[in-house]
Amino acid sequence: MSISTSIWVWMAALLTLMVYSFLYKDNPFYRLAEHIFMGLSLGYTLTILWYNYIIPRVYEPLFLPPHQWSLIFPILLGMMTFGIFSKKYSWLIKYPLAFYVGGYAGLRIPLLLQSWIIRQVEASFLTPDKFTSLMSSINAILIFAGLFATLIYFYFSKKREHGFGAAAQVGIVFIMVAFGAAFGYTVMARISLLIGRMQFLLHDWLGIM
Amino acid sequence: MRRRLPVIIAFGIGFLMLIQYFIPHPRSEEFYNVIVQQWFIIIFAFMYIFALRSFFMHHITKVKRKKEGYIFSAVAMVSVLFMLLSGLITSRGPFFDSLYNYMIAPLQGTMFSLLAFFIASAAFRAFRARNVQATLLLVTATIVMIGRVPIGDYLWRGMPDLVEWIMTVPSMAAMRGIRIGVGLGAVATAMKIMLGIERSYMGGE
Repeated sequence: MSISTSIWVWMAALLTLMVYSFLYKDNPFYRLAEHIFMGLSLGYTLTILWYNYIIPRVYEPLFLPPHQWSLIFPILLGMMTFGIFSKKYSWLIKYPLAFYVGGYAGLRIPLLLQSWIIRQVEASFLTPDKFTSLMSSINAILIFAGLFATLIYFYFSKKREHGFGAAAQVGIVFIMVAFGAAFGYTVMARISLLIGRMQFLLHDWLGIM
Repeated sequence: MRRRLPVIIAFGIGFLMLIQYFIPHPRSEEFYNVIVQQWFIIIFAFMYIFALRSFFMHHITKVKRKKEGYIFSAVAMVSVLFMLLSGLITSRGPFFDSLYNYMIAPLQGTMFSLLAFFIASAAFRAFRARNVQATLLLVTATIVMIGRVPIGDYLWRGMPDLVEWIMTVPSMAAMRGIRIGVGLGAVATAMKIMLGIERSYMGGE
């Protein structure tokens, strides 16, 4: 057994224990760790934003030659955000918001259509290359049927009776399998994190493993 | 005009961003790069300052009024400044990296691992096999959990293959269906924003 002498390891270990103290009940140690985490994360994000985005994409193009003076427009647009601090000029925030949200909406439409709809449908279609063996044929048919049934389950504009109702029932079977698999996967991910933390406490900190 | 101009701006820039995707021309790519990688980031940075101001105002008010747990608000504010200053003063040097590796990363890992305990109790309540659907969820989750660890392979050689099949066939079929639904919903919402039907992001008009 060789306990770590690094102040950093001790700090990490104490913070870990402070968070785990929540398993007993909500207490000041947990809340302290929670607020430290919140503050450090925000400070970290700000630093990354500064070095990875503001400096190379704003400061350098604007203040170093060749100057990109056109960047003054988004800066002015961004400064309108501060209008919210005054009751008289609070409406100014609508312009940067409209620019950002509207632009992002337009940007996302073709990407969403491409990756979330067309590619998904394309990959599920029954094409000859999917019927190379008995197993791959069964799988291809199952994927197609499962996708079709899931879509029917989420279609609420038609009364669920006869064949339509039966297809929706098949859909829920597939959905439950998917949710079960997702749940199992999430549990395993959390447990592997827990094992990682335990390993840190027992190996890196206390040195008993 | 105060109400119409933002809607016109949203439509105009949204439309330009939409059509640039279909125009394979260097000018179109340049437009994309300037708007997305510079203009959006600048506006986002200003919004971040606004969010930061809200964060500090909330916590300063708590400290000033000495509300319950105000000491934690002070800790949160000091933590932000400490991390930010250590990043700026050391230019993201070893001290800044250590703060990340020995404080943020362990805290994040521990917070998420905490869920392992609560997920177990939640699973106990949710997985009581009350009907066919709940049983299906329970059985699938159990197979996936066991099949992803060595004991699954030890119990039955075919377990890892079964898990792989569940993930790539029935689970994927349903996930694709859900994804298509989400995609259609997102496209519809984006269209509503562009056309000015959805304006709640501008203050609930």
